Amino acid sequence: MFPIIAQNILNALQLGSVYALIALGYTMVYGILTMINFAHGDIFMVGCYLSLAAALFLLGLPLHLPAGLIFLGALLFSMLLTAILGVAIERLAYRPLRQAPRVSAVITALGVGLFLENFTLAILGPEPRHFPPLIAMTPWQVGGLSLTLLQLLILIVTALILVLLDLLVRRTLMGMAMRAISDNRPIVPLMGVSVDRVISFTFALGSAIAAAGGLLYGLAYPVLDPYMGIRIGWWAFISAVVGGIGNIRGAMLGGFILGAVEILTPMVLPSSTYRDFVAFSLLLLLLVFKPTGLLGRPLFERV
Amino acid sequence: MQKRVTILAGVAFLLCLAWVLPASGWLNPYLVMIFMYVGINMILTLSLNLVNGYLGEFSVGHAGFMAIGAYVSAILTVWVLPRPWAPWLFPLVLVAGGLVTALAGLVVAFPSFRTRGDYLAIVTLAFNMIVKSILENLEILGGPRGFLGMPRLTNLPWVVAWVLITLFLCRNLVYSNVGRGLMAIREDELAANLTSVDTRRLKIYAFLISAFFAGIAGGLFAHLLQFINPRSFSILKSTDMLVMVYLGGVGSLTGSLLGAAIFTLLLEALRPLGLWRWVVGPLLLILLMIFRPHGIMGFREAPWLRTVSREP
Repeated sequence: MFPIIAQNILNALQLGSVYALIALGYTMVYGILTMINFAHGDIFMVGCYLSLAAALFLLGLPLHLPAGLIFLGALLFSMLLTAILGVAIERLAYRPLRQAPRVSAVITALGVGLFLENFTLAILGPEPRHFPPLIAMTPWQVGGLSLTLLQLLILIVTALILVLLDLLVRRTLMGMAMRAISDNRPIVPLMGVSVDRVISFTFALGSAIAAAGGLLYGLAYPVLDPYMGIRIGWWAFISAVVGGIGNIRGAMLGGFILGAVEILTPMVLPSSTYRDFVAFSLLLLLLVFKPTGLLGRPLFERV
Repeated sequence: MQKRVTILAGVAFLLCLAWVLPASGWLNPYLVMIFMYVGINMILTLSLNLVNGYLGEFSVGHAGFMAIGAYVSAILTVWVLPRPWAPWLFPLVLVAGGLVTALAGLVVAFPSFRTRGDYLAIVTLAFNMIVKSILENLEILGGPRGFLGMPRLTNLPWVVAWVLITLFLCRNLVYSNVGRGLMAIREDELAANLTSVDTRRLKIYAFLISAFFAGIAGGLFAHLLQFINPRSFSILKSTDMLVMVYLGGVGSLTGSLLGAAIFTLLLEALRPLGLWRWVVGPLLLILLMIFRPHGIMGFREAPWLRTVSREP
């Protein structure tokens, strides 16, 4: 019994890593703009396709590059392009609405998400694409557990990104500006900080992290289709809310909780089709009893 | 008085038209079908506008309500009622579906006491997902394969009649004390509370009534298509409704009718574009939000839907 549970926890960590990486994008944008960027799941999808394109291109070169280099190349390429995409979306679609009612921005975000999905669909067609296996999937047996190099890689890359992000937000000037904006937006320009630049930077960062998540997801679950961002995006979004949206450590925590929910549901309930039900019921209950999530700041709206 | 006569004449004319046009064959079945979709979408848009436009909350899960109405009414006509009775009892079936849906509306209404804004939006979203997930797991209702066997009871006169009933009730609601209270909550909940608006009761009303009409629309939809499956009521359907509301204009009945009509007809007109039509739609939505964030008729009404202004 113990190895099965441990194995499932390992799988949950693998999936939770991806959710945590995407949840970070939701939570950072919310922290700074108090806006739910519903297009973020689809930005992840684009990142996934871009890393697929890069990987296929590098594999096709007659250089016989080692898999590690291809992985690194695909990672950097998709992170860079997806970051540009994120900044462009903010500049073109969200910035004109900065002063508009907040609902307009949310609707626009839904529109951007649909646009990305359907644009990808119109260009690439509905057939799912397959990610080439870059990293060896042969399992090592460690004390009754089977661990693949890929799983190890996912956990290491995720941990690295999480630590770097935490340092960036807590230790650098840009991170300080981000925290300042989410704390008290009107004051920040008075301190000589360009709010627009910080917002652009946040979108670039969030999108790049989502692209990293896209590559890792593509390697672990190698079937891509243009609508994949919807379900994963929603799950990551729930992760962000469960952890307390706007809170970066909360998003990491929430990602791993949701990963556990998805992996452990089929262990308890008869079929995996109940996982959406479990996840959203969990979300509903949490919102009723702790409306701002596990690590979120309580709201003081009632006088 | 004269206005009332004109309106009644208009209603009678519309109903006659809805009956004569398809029966006489002047309108081909494809167009009749599209007009029925327009009507169903009008009901949905009016229903969603009550919550998103007048109450000022942000529901992203209205397809969940529609699903409940569709399944309940479909179950009634397929399993409960004897087949020959179904056409006669169709309005009652729809109302029953609507009432059950209204009860489900309470699921969202109660959390709305404590949470507002984004968090309530998430609650409605979760509601949508949970309804879809339950339907997918209920093997007795066909699970993910869907539910079929409904007779085709929806026709153009019924759709037009229900659009008119919905419009009539929504209009009277909006101009009543309840409607004023809803708008007061939209502008400032705290201030509304202080001016003795019973915010909790009104929120319950808003969600009950809105869910009721979404359920009616679901029933009409189920008996038009004669086949429903959980995927028809996904978050994408909810997004369509949001687009119609915000295209036509929030807080406007005229806008709801316009938004539903334009969106439905536009999607049909763009059919030759194939897959690209699903790209054009969202693009239009984004441009609309940037250049006209309140929609075509935001917070305004056509003259025939306004209240009679009483001169002192």
